[in-house]
Amino acid sequence: MTFSVNLSKERLLRAYRQMKLIREFEERLHVEIATGEIPGFTHLYAGQEAVAVGVCEQLSDSDYIVSTHRGHGHCIAKGCDVGGMMKEIYGRKDGLCHGKGGSMHIADMTKGMLGANAIVGGGPPIAVGAAIACKLRGNRFVSVAFGGDGSANQGTVFEAMNMAVVLRVPAIFILENNGYSEHTGAAYAVGSRDLAGRSRAFGMPAECVDGADFHAMYDAMGRAVARAKNGEGPSTIEAKITRYYGHFEGDPQNYRAKDEVAKLRVTMDCLKRFRARTEADRSVPQAELDAIDQEAVAQIDAAVREAKAALPPVEADLYSDVYIQY
Amino acid sequence: MPQITMRDALNQALHQEMARDERVIVLGEDVSGGAGGTSGEREASGGIFGVTKGLLPKFGEDRVIDTPISESAIVGAAAGAALAGLRPVAEIMFADFVGVCMDQIYNQIAKFRYMFGGKSTCPVVIRMAMGAGMNMGPQHSQAIYSLLTAVPGLKVVVPSNAYDAKGLLIQAIRDDDPVIFFEHKALYPRKGEVPEAAYTVPFGEAALVREGEHVTVVAIARMVPFAERAIDALAKEGITCDLIDPRTTSPLDEDTIIESVQGTGRLVIVDESPPRCGMASDIAAIVGQKAFRSLKRSIIQVTPPHTPIPFAPALERLYVPGPPRIEAAIRQALKDEDRA
Repeated sequence: MTFSVNLSKERLLRAYRQMKLIREFEERLHVEIATGEIPGFTHLYAGQEAVAVGVCEQLSDSDYIVSTHRGHGHCIAKGCDVGGMMKEIYGRKDGLCHGKGGSMHIADMTKGMLGANAIVGGGPPIAVGAAIACKLRGNRFVSVAFGGDGSANQGTVFEAMNMAVVLRVPAIFILENNGYSEHTGAAYAVGSRDLAGRSRAFGMPAECVDGADFHAMYDAMGRAVARAKNGEGPSTIEAKITRYYGHFEGDPQNYRAKDEVAKLRVTMDCLKRFRARTEADRSVPQAELDAIDQEAVAQIDAAVREAKAALPPVEADLYSDVYIQY
Repeated sequence: MPQITMRDALNQALHQEMARDERVIVLGEDVSGGAGGTSGEREASGGIFGVTKGLLPKFGEDRVIDTPISESAIVGAAAGAALAGLRPVAEIMFADFVGVCMDQIYNQIAKFRYMFGGKSTCPVVIRMAMGAGMNMGPQHSQAIYSLLTAVPGLKVVVPSNAYDAKGLLIQAIRDDDPVIFFEHKALYPRKGEVPEAAYTVPFGEAALVREGEHVTVVAIARMVPFAERAIDALAKEGITCDLIDPRTTSPLDEDTIIESVQGTGRLVIVDESPPRCGMASDIAAIVGQKAFRSLKRSIIQVTPPHTPIPFAPALERLYVPGPPRIEAAIRQALKDEDRA
C-alpha cells in the first residue's frame, strides 16, 4: 500500500487535477443551473473534493464504489468520463446513462462505479454485496460505500455495517460529515455527535480525519484498504468536511450563519491546503498546478458546450432497458 | 417420474444451480443456521422451511451465507453482489418482511438497469414464503405478489406446484433480470412429479391446467389446486372450465387468458391477494379492455376481503378463498345477469 509520503510528483499532480476538475465541474454547474437550462435538481460536492479523491486514488477500476445523491465528485474521482457526466446532467441521449438517470444516478460499471444513489442510506447495503463478491475472489479488491452524516442516521447503514463486520468483507465506509443533513445540522440530528464512534460500536476500526486534507484522507484510506485486503474486514473513515453550496441548488441555506461559507472557503479549502502543503515540502512545482487549473477550466468549458449541443433521448428510449428480456 | 414435495423440488433447483454455476450464492436468515450457537451443529436449520437444506455442507460458508436479521442489508447485498458479477439468491423468510426492505427492492434493484442507461445487469433472485392458511397472523401470512407485480423492472413468479417451482426457480437463477420468487407456505409439502435433471419453465407462459368450454378460471399459486378441486367437482355435472395458471404475474401471459375468454365468454379470477389493486382486478381490467365484446357477463373476482389476515382459525378459514367459494363463483358465472 502506498502512503502520501511516497507519492510521486506525477501522482500528486493527478490527485490535484482530479480535485480541481471536480471543483470546476461543480462551480460551473452552480452557474449553469441558475440559467434554468439544467432540468431537475442537483446536489453539489464543491468543498468535499479531497475526500473523494483521497479515497479513490487508493483504488483501481476493479475496486467498487457506491455513491450518494451528492455524487459528482465520487464519479469523477473514480474515473467516470466528465463529458458523459455533463451530458447526463443535461438529460442528453449520449449521457453516461442515456439521460435516464440524471445527476443522482450516474454510474459506470466499467470503472467500478456502481451508481450514485438518490436514497439516503440506500448505498451501503449494496457496497456490502460488492464486498461479498470481492471476498469470494480473494480480497484482492475492495468495495467502498460513501455516505454523509445524514445517512449515518439510517438503519440501512447500521445493517450494512453490522453485516460487513459479521461477514468480514473488504468494505470501507466513508462517512462525509459535512455538518448538515439536508437543512438540519448534524450537531442536532446525530445524537452522539460521533459517527466514527458509532462505527466502532459495530466492531470495526474507525478513524476521524480532516476531510480537507488530501494527504490525511489518502493515508487513512491506505490503512483501510490494507486491512481489507489482508482479510481483516471493514473499516470506517469519518471525514470532517464542509460543503460550499446548499443541500440542492437553489437552497438558500437559511440554516447557516451568513459568513460561514466565506470563512470556510479560506480556512478549509482542500485545494488551497494542497498547494500550501506541496509548496512547503516542495513535492510539486506550483507552476504546474497553475497549468492544471487552466486545463480544468478548459475541459469543463468544452464539456458544457458539448452537453448543450447534444441531443435529448427519443421516445423509444422511454421503453428500453426496463428489462433485458420480458 | 419421482413424486417429490415442492420444498424438495426447490431444494433440488438450488443444489443443481449452485453446482452448475459458481457465481450462484445463497444468503439470508438461517439459510443454514447454527452459526454462533452452542451446539456446534453448523447446519442447524437449512432454512425454516427446509428449502436451503444441505447447501452449506456442499458449497461452504462463502457461498451459503447466514446473515443477521437485516432484510435491507440482505437484499442490498444481493443487489451489490449481482452488480459485481455474482448471481445471488436471497431469502426473505416471510414475504411480509418486504416491508423493511422495500427500498432496496423497488428503488434499487428494480431500477438499476433503466436508470443506468442499460449498462448494468442485476441477476438477483429474492425468494420469499407467502400466503395464509397456517394461522400465522397478520404479519406472516400475506400474499403480496400484487404489490411487487406493480413495480416495473421486477419479474414476479408464483408457482402452484412442485414441477413448476423447480423449473421456474432454475429459470429465475439463470435470468439476467431481478426476479421476486414467491413460495406459498401451504404448497411446500404438496407432492408432484418432478424430473431429477435440471430444466427450466419459461416466464410469461401460462399453464392450461384444465381444458373446458363453459367458463375460464384464472387462479394463482395455492388458488390453483383449490380451483382444480372446484372444477373437478363441477365436471361431474357436465360443467367444464379452462383453468389457467399464469405462473408468473410479471410478465403476464395475457394472450392465453384472452384466447380462453374469447371461447367461453365467462371469467372467474381467483386471487389470494387483497381485492383492491390486486391481480384479480388487474386481470379483469386487461380482459375488459382487450376482450370486452367476448364477455357474456361481468367478470367475477374471488379474493379475500379487504382486511388484514386474522389469526383465529375460524376467521382465517373465512378469509382464504377455498374450493366452495370458487365452485359457487363458477356457477354464478354461468348465469346471465339480471340486467334490470
